[in-house]
Amino acid sequence: MKITLGTVTHPGGSRVNKTGAWRTSVKPRFLHKSCIACDVCALSCPEGCIFGTGQKTYYANEDFCKGCGICANVCPVHDIEMIPEEAEDA
Amino acid sequence: MLKGRMIQGCRAIAEAVTLCRPIVISAYPITPQTLIVEELASMVAEGELNAEFINVEGEHSAASLVLGSSATGVRVFTATSSQGLLYMGEVVFNIAGMRLPVVMVNANRSVSAPLNIWNDQQDSMSMRDSGWLQLYAENNQEACDLVMQAYRIAEDHRVMLPVMVCVDGFVLPHAFEVVDLPSQKDADAFLPPYQPLYKLDPDNPYTMGAFTEPDKYMETRYMIQRTMESSIPIVEEVAREFKRAFGRPSGGLFEKYRVDDASTVVVALGSMAGTIKDVVDELRNKGERVGVLRLITYRPFPKEALYEALKGAQNIVVMEKALSLGGSAPVATELRSVFHGRQASPRISGFVIGLGGRDVTVDDVKVTIAKAQQQLTDMEFIGLRTDLELEGINA
Amino acid sequence: MPELLKERDKFVDHLLCSGHTACPGCGQAIAARLVVRAAGRNVIIINSTGCLEIFTSKYPESAWEVPWLHSLFQNTAAVASGVEAALRAIGRLDKVRVIAQGGDGSTFDIGFGAISGMFERGHDILYVCYDNEAYMNTGIQRSGSTPTYARTTTSPPGKVSLGNLRPKKDMPQIAAAHGIPYVAVASVGYPMDLDRKVRKALSIRGPKYVQIHVPCPLGWGTEPSRTIDYARLAVNTGLYPLYEVEDGVTMVVKIPRRVPVEEYLKGQVRFRHLLEGVGRKDEIAEIQKLADQNIEKFGLIAE
Repeated sequence: MKITLGTVTHPGGSRVNKTGAWRTSVKPRFLHKSCIACDVCALSCPEGCIFGTGQKTYYANEDFCKGCGICANVCPVHDIEMIPEEAEDA
Repeated sequence: MLKGRMIQGCRAIAEAVTLCRPIVISAYPITPQTLIVEELASMVAEGELNAEFINVEGEHSAASLVLGSSATGVRVFTATSSQGLLYMGEVVFNIAGMRLPVVMVNANRSVSAPLNIWNDQQDSMSMRDSGWLQLYAENNQEACDLVMQAYRIAEDHRVMLPVMVCVDGFVLPHAFEVVDLPSQKDADAFLPPYQPLYKLDPDNPYTMGAFTEPDKYMETRYMIQRTMESSIPIVEEVAREFKRAFGRPSGGLFEKYRVDDASTVVVALGSMAGTIKDVVDELRNKGERVGVLRLITYRPFPKEALYEALKGAQNIVVMEKALSLGGSAPVATELRSVFHGRQASPRISGFVIGLGGRDVTVDDVKVTIAKAQQQLTDMEFIGLRTDLELEGINA
Repeated sequence: MPELLKERDKFVDHLLCSGHTACPGCGQAIAARLVVRAAGRNVIIINSTGCLEIFTSKYPESAWEVPWLHSLFQNTAAVASGVEAALRAIGRLDKVRVIAQGGDGSTFDIGFGAISGMFERGHDILYVCYDNEAYMNTGIQRSGSTPTYARTTTSPPGKVSLGNLRPKKDMPQIAAAHGIPYVAVASVGYPMDLDRKVRKALSIRGPKYVQIHVPCPLGWGTEPSRTIDYARLAVNTGLYPLYEVEDGVTMVVKIPRRVPVEEYLKGQVRFRHLLEGVGRKDEIAEIQKLADQNIEKFGLIAE
């Protein structure tokens, strides 16, 4: 690893840090039943790890999801629920 | 006959800065730097200097502003003194740590409390740990020359460290001397445009100023230390280049005045060396083998070159306008460590003089040299008044 | 699990990208993502020391996809002034926007002078304050933004104290008093309003100030999953009025659903001492009065 002059860093390098390892109890399950693609879950995620391109396509990248539960809480149509970490993927 | 014109120091320095084509200038007024900045403002207003000139609300912001501009990839300039330098202190360290080639003129002035606006070198000495190179000018000609050399040194990709050009406050900026300044064309030939290594630019984004944990910080300090050491030959190289380009010796590590066969050598920084040279001439006429080594580059401290220059002397008399309260005087302390454990071991005596703008007279210099020749002195104040009651000391 | 859509990696939603080390549920992380999303790629961000800076820039990992610089704690506005001056000098200020951002500590307190200077000089900079109402990065100490009676480690309630006894400094009004072209107060609880305000600010030339209320689960002692809820509650009580100031004209966001302040205070550990036991009725009434005054002053209830 190189130490640059003035510790100048290249952009986007934080992606090597898989913060999904922080989760201890729950993770989000996107039910894909009533989703209206309002994008509020993606906008409200502190990690920016929720992706979606239309109704019922949203998901959280588990490499980064810290399990905070905000997405489940803000979804206006309750299409996201927090399930135990050990549960099988939807 | 002297080449150049009779000009006030502040104006000369401002013209030298203008020749270097800074893009952004920001400063805050403080005596005795103010005249330099006023001249720059006037030059901008007259269209003689095409720079963004920004009056800020304090020195901390002045230094921060030029930091931001330098990080955006342009050449910058600022100036300050004393309290202003101390106030911007954390930014001074920050600029060096971020490896930005900022050039500053510091008009050396005493530090408060008590408030004193006159010349000594305590202010720049307090920043000697910061990672900035420090160059001390004897007269206004050299002040101007050092400003030009400072940009060359700072922006050299082998350096990329900020440079502080120190000029004794009032003594230099306010005085009228004959100064020869080059043409813009010649200045451009000596100082090409600034090419940053990294800059803030959406077309090529970088993150600047990341924090480091213990497992990486020490290496960054090591990098600056090594770079400062290896900048010593670069300082000499730039001084040689300057002489080639403009025909006069200026800058470099130090100036030796009648040192080579001297048994007693005075070491000093800045303008008081002029007075010391007169004393040296007088003593030489009486048959004494005395010389003066005027240190120009204080940071990095040119240890090996100083050893070579001074190893033949028996007595070294360090006269300084600064001290580290509770310790000793900075230059004397560092010079002693140069000789520690080496073959040559001259007696090194340290003296503090001229604090708060008190004159350094010819008699003072003679008294100091005599004292040092008589007895090895760790640190003594020269020129202390004996007619005052000092509460807690003698009253 | 669906394949990660690589194209979205470069989308504006991720100019502040994943892998940063903010606490789960961090309100500031949400708001900062929204701000840089609204700003787009042609921006240079100057960030003061604080949570946002620390959790996004541990060498050599950076969560920023745009040019970004951190210098010190109190000089953000001054450094940004320098970036702006340089861009102006090289003729790039029309295309590249400058954002200076920091928390309430660096905005209301230590960086106050530099911000005032930047406003006064008229630099073309958007200053964003992420207001979580205390010095969070250093462990939840009281700032000039800490509301009355809030618990912090340097204003703890105890036998002879009820927590922070000073009112919150009115930074938006102070910004407006400088006569700058745009001042706005937003909340991470209302991301579209926040987005609109940031875009609007960036379309205006001159100094702008946008203050964003961001709950801090750790510092406030709230459930991480309820960060957005608490931000909305602060607005709906009237305690955090959302408004804009342009040439003195004030535009406000009407309260969607008014609630008494107790709804907001309960569930926050930093106000628990007011609700424990029989409760501090007088103090809660004082806070309610503050909310009522805001509602009155800004006209926050729709007719």
